Amino acid sequence: MSDARSAAQLAERIARESYGRLLASLAARTRDLAAAEDALSEAFAAALRVWPQTGPPDNPEGWLFAAARRKLIDGARRAQTALAAQDALARAAEEIEAEMSASALPDRRLGLLFACAHPAIDEGARTPLMLQTILGVSAERIAAAFLVEPSAMSQRLVRAKKRIRDAGISFEIPEPDAWPVRIQAVQEAIYAAYTEGWSDAAGVDAARAGLTDEAIWLARALAAYTPDDAESLGLLALFLHLEARRPARRDPQGRYQPLDRQDVSLWRKDWIEEAEALLLRAAGLRRVGRFQLEAAIQSAHARRRHGDDPDWRAIAGFYAAVIAISPSPVTQLNYCAALARSEGPSAALTLLDEAADRFPILGDYQPFWALRAHLCARTGANAEARAAYDQAITRERDPIVIAYLREQRAQLD
Amino acid sequence: MKYAILVYETPDEFAARDDEARRDAYWGAYSAYGALLQQEGVGTGQGAGLKPPHAATTVRVRGGARQVIDGPFADTKEQLGGFFIIDVADLDAALAWAEKCPSAMRGSVEVRPLLEM
Repeated sequence: MSDARSAAQLAERIARESYGRLLASLAARTRDLAAAEDALSEAFAAALRVWPQTGPPDNPEGWLFAAARRKLIDGARRAQTALAAQDALARAAEEIEAEMSASALPDRRLGLLFACAHPAIDEGARTPLMLQTILGVSAERIAAAFLVEPSAMSQRLVRAKKRIRDAGISFEIPEPDAWPVRIQAVQEAIYAAYTEGWSDAAGVDAARAGLTDEAIWLARALAAYTPDDAESLGLLALFLHLEARRPARRDPQGRYQPLDRQDVSLWRKDWIEEAEALLLRAAGLRRVGRFQLEAAIQSAHARRRHGDDPDWRAIAGFYAAVIAISPSPVTQLNYCAALARSEGPSAALTLLDEAADRFPILGDYQPFWALRAHLCARTGANAEARAAYDQAITRERDPIVIAYLREQRAQLD
Repeated sequence: MKYAILVYETPDEFAARDDEARRDAYWGAYSAYGALLQQEGVGTGQGAGLKPPHAATTVRVRGGARQVIDGPFADTKEQLGGFFIIDVADLDAALAWAEKCPSAMRGSVEVRPLLEM
């Protein structure tokens, strides 16, 4: 039936565009996300039944909001005893209010983002919560991206939503003095959505699109909500730079292409330009931070689109600055790779081995061994290089990347 | 929303209560905290200080028989020393007040919402 199908298409479009807005508005007062999710999904189900008969409403978002709101009120009433007369009055009033305000639904999503990244929420739950509540991503998809069992991920989400409701975590925008810490948590959670499950360190992309689209959406939303926060702009710029080069990461035969061998004509220039504009705006706000620095590194790599070599000293400098702010095994690794270009392989090897002492976990990391192999080869230590490639290969699962490593190793024979 | 600010103190903090050299500072700090809560309109006047853990007795009834144990219910280093009931808008507000509680610096402070009955 075409009526049923067009109703379904309309509902799908609203779900894609407005799910998070509707949910945030429904849950804002009670902080009960789970109840709001249930009410909203019942409202969508009702829409699929009713719209084919009545035709699509003029304000489908408002219709869904009012329907979900009614179900929430019903649910709350069932949980408490109340006088019938009072109920009817309250109900009528709320319906009218709902109908009126639905046409200009306030956007409570920024507050919801802050609630998801609240310090009282377990770190491992923040990114999944954002993905599920703002974007309606299913627990199964989130579990797959984070390499967690679906049941464990569901439990994590249930617990986190309970905490928001019961501990009283509000959807309010934090006060100015709390802002720096709170917004950093939001930014880090969005960053985790992009990088989670991604084995990329020095550009070794496991072709895992995963949840990158969703992460970019969140970063765009955050940049729009907080246009004066330099790190919000920096985060989006970083994502745009990385995404711009995705089409070039595999050659037409599907082989992995490292950064310096990529066909720059495949890079998305419009995204690179957008990223550059964001970085410029961020710089004007004069608050350097980790995401702007990482975006600056990507910007330096993107100079290849003009036919210029990247400025390796600058890149190494940026990495050193990132490490000063937030040292991590991966940034140390990338620093060594950049240093190899600006100072030579021996200096980089020394630093690499120091990094391995400082972060023993690097020993489990394929890109560490791949870099070690590459640097050993460049200093002429071919036997060591081959051994390192072997170590790298045993730690990689993607057959395309394994093929690349094997090819590199073979060149030393 | 009403929250209980549960004050957990180390043995050393409990000792300060009666130590001549430290007790004025100890009681002064708690009395100032309580006064601040009232002054800022978040205190409910409800709350209490508790005698130290050595004064605690734990009761359980199992299989119809009453067990009485000398001491608090759990043998942890930090023990409940008292509580304040405050009334604030949300968890962030409660945390801001918990931070100012004297035992936040040396012991721990647990923040838990009251049931709405």
